[in-house]
Amino acid sequence: MTDYKMKPVEGTYHFDGEMATKGFSFNKMCYSFNSEENRQAFRDDAEAYMEKYKLTEEQKQAVRDHNINRMLELGGSIYYMAKFAGIFGWNMQVIGGMQSGRTTEEFQAYLESQGRGKNNG
Amino acid sequence: MAKIIGGITTSHIPAIGVAMDKQLEETPYFRDLFAIYPPIREWLGEEKPDIAVLFYNDHGLEMWLDKKPTFAIGCAPEYQNADEGWGIKPIPPVTGETELSWHIVNHLIENDFDPTVCQDIKVDHGATVPLTLLWPNFTYQGIKVIPISINCERHPMPKPSRSYAFGQAIGDAIRCWDSEQKVVVLGTGGLSHQLDGPRAGILNADFDNWCMDKLVSNPEEILQFSNVDLIERGGAQMVELAMWLAMRGCIKGEVEEKLRNYVSPISNTAVGVQLLLPKEA
Repeated sequence: MTDYKMKPVEGTYHFDGEMATKGFSFNKMCYSFNSEENRQAFRDDAEAYMEKYKLTEEQKQAVRDHNINRMLELGGSIYYMAKFAGIFGWNMQVIGGMQSGRTTEEFQAYLESQGRGKNNG
Repeated sequence: MAKIIGGITTSHIPAIGVAMDKQLEETPYFRDLFAIYPPIREWLGEEKPDIAVLFYNDHGLEMWLDKKPTFAIGCAPEYQNADEGWGIKPIPPVTGETELSWHIVNHLIENDFDPTVCQDIKVDHGATVPLTLLWPNFTYQGIKVIPISINCERHPMPKPSRSYAFGQAIGDAIRCWDSEQKVVVLGTGGLSHQLDGPRAGILNADFDNWCMDKLVSNPEEILQFSNVDLIERGGAQMVELAMWLAMRGCIKGEVEEKLRNYVSPISNTAVGVQLLLPKEA
């Protein structure tokens, strides 16, 4: 049988069939946050909302902990998680910091150091 | 026959849309990025394309995991945008072009590409940010748009070589469409960036510039890379190069690079912009 497992890349969770299967309910919840009504329902009662979407206990705990990397490990996709992050007003630099163990400012400085910071000396 | 008058690559990152909403174009952070758009708009104003074929990826507005096409083509007279959950302001509807859409679908299936055909889809920032950048103040409503999406969210994704071949087949379809209309092709997204995981924030200016060079001189050299190769070099979302390759595939033969801009980072992303003109008529 051909093995279609993707080559691992350090610090990266490939969102493949296995992960998408594991994370389906969680991602479905995040997808629902396209609607303001659903975002408000989550704000009003996060536990009930997570129960409605049948998250696993581990996924619920990752949500309670705001642990982005754990959500990814449990099958989350960053594209749908961005909608979850919107509820808290976290932009991609905030999330970048949360995932890479940096403050938002440190994360922004890291980005700059590889781009304009690099080119501008 | 219809004519492809040029190809444009541009980022579609939400922060650019938000910056336009908030009129931050002239601020130091965004100035260098927005500087490239007036000359491109000038070119568009002179050449007046009738139709924009726009390659994008849907980030979970319409095409979610439940039914997610690998390649999909819009065949609708109009496309709505909507709330994406994190704050970008929805824009008024985008005008479609059903006749060429169906011609492309027929041509593709006849030539062994089998995309999903969509008669009613919402388009997300992947399509709306580039349209707003190129045709600001809602003037995008004056151009007919064919949105074509490529799966860049869930593996397995089409191989870079396949996205390029997909673009080639679409270019052939446009060139054999019995119409005098002018078409511009747009490749959106990229370049290096990674949003997710402990490695979030990686950028690779050297690889980005190599890709931009090769997109002009020899795009087939880029096709040596698999999606994992792209991820290793340019981060998890470097796979959005698929849309650039599809755009370049549409243009037959050599191109002249009329304009280029590269600004990194904007938000978490290295932003490349190119205007490519076909040398062959």
